[in-house]
Amino acid sequence: MIKEERHVLVIFPHPDDEAFGVSGTISTYIDMGVPVTYACLTLGEMGRNLGNPPFANRETLPQIRKQELKNAAAAMGLTDLRMMGLRDKTIEFEDDEKMIKLVADLIEDTNPSLIITFYPGLSVHPDHDATGRAVVGAVGRMKESERPTLYTIAFANNTAEILGAPDVIHNVEGAAQKKLNTLNAHASQTVWMMRDMEKRLADKDPEALKWLHEEKFFTYRWE
Amino acid sequence: MEIVKPDQLQELLNSFANKDVYIHLETTNGAYAAHFKEGFFNAGAFIRNVVVKYELGKVAGESPHRVGLKLPSGWIYAQGITHYTVDEHDRLLMAGLDPDGKLAVALEISETPFTY
Ligand SMILES: [Zn+2]
Repeated sequence: MIKEERHVLVIFPHPDDEAFGVSGTISTYIDMGVPVTYACLTLGEMGRNLGNPPFANRETLPQIRKQELKNAAAAMGLTDLRMMGLRDKTIEFEDDEKMIKLVADLIEDTNPSLIITFYPGLSVHPDHDATGRAVVGAVGRMKESERPTLYTIAFANNTAEILGAPDVIHNVEGAAQKKLNTLNAHASQTVWMMRDMEKRLADKDPEALKWLHEEKFFTYRWE
Repeated sequence: MEIVKPDQLQELLNSFANKDVYIHLETTNGAYAAHFKEGFFNAGAFIRNVVVKYELGKVAGESPHRVGLKLPSGWIYAQGITHYTVDEHDRLLMAGLDPDGKLAVALEISETPFTY
């Protein structure tokens, strides 16, 4: 069961961050008529997959990923996509106050009842952690009664030890095809993984089906 | 990008010598290296749009090649270069791609700044 929301604001640093664990949720909200804004901070300029023989180089990759991001948004039915113009792998080195203000401005502009982002410190990539930190920083400064709910993604190897089990589980089976289309839209990043995944799905591998049909979040707890 | 032809790369390196040029240099194992292999010591470095003027540029060794730039009072080098191209902005882009097509090192030389 997915809870009705006023407006959902999704904040991630890389094109494709939304695809793996949130695209089913985003698609479902849009189907429910809930407005969704996706702010993507970088264009994944430092992505390593260039292929061999290469299909891109360091300087053409950002344009490829920008187009993929737009295609992914279309696959989810998302119309409010915001590309924030920062550079991949540099978020943690930006001024912390600037990052908090970037998030605060997005909140002011969209007035979300729910924000989806990464859990700071348990999201492996320094950009993920820095993005989560900026969101927690911005929301933490709001009056408690006005704070949107925060759903976070965490996937560090020690996540279960620290956070236990995710408390929000969305069944997104109805959006499975849109989720697959979103993942495939990011072909430069996902083509290898999807080849394997589509085979597993065709074989009805229970773990792969669970991955496709369930999206899990940790509600951020303020203390 | 195509596989390095050392003679051609050498000529290209010569063509940027003794000019103010913008450099992009990067080495990486990927941000996830220590996630997939716990205990992996992840190191890398990145500079972009630093201006230098080198007096001698050389490609050395068999593939993966080494490329070194001698500066008036210093050095730049990259190890593991396998591919190169000159793009539509006349920039010399060199990269080291591992067998899976993942970038491990990049060295790029341009007379105009790279985008942000
Ligand atoms: Zn990411």
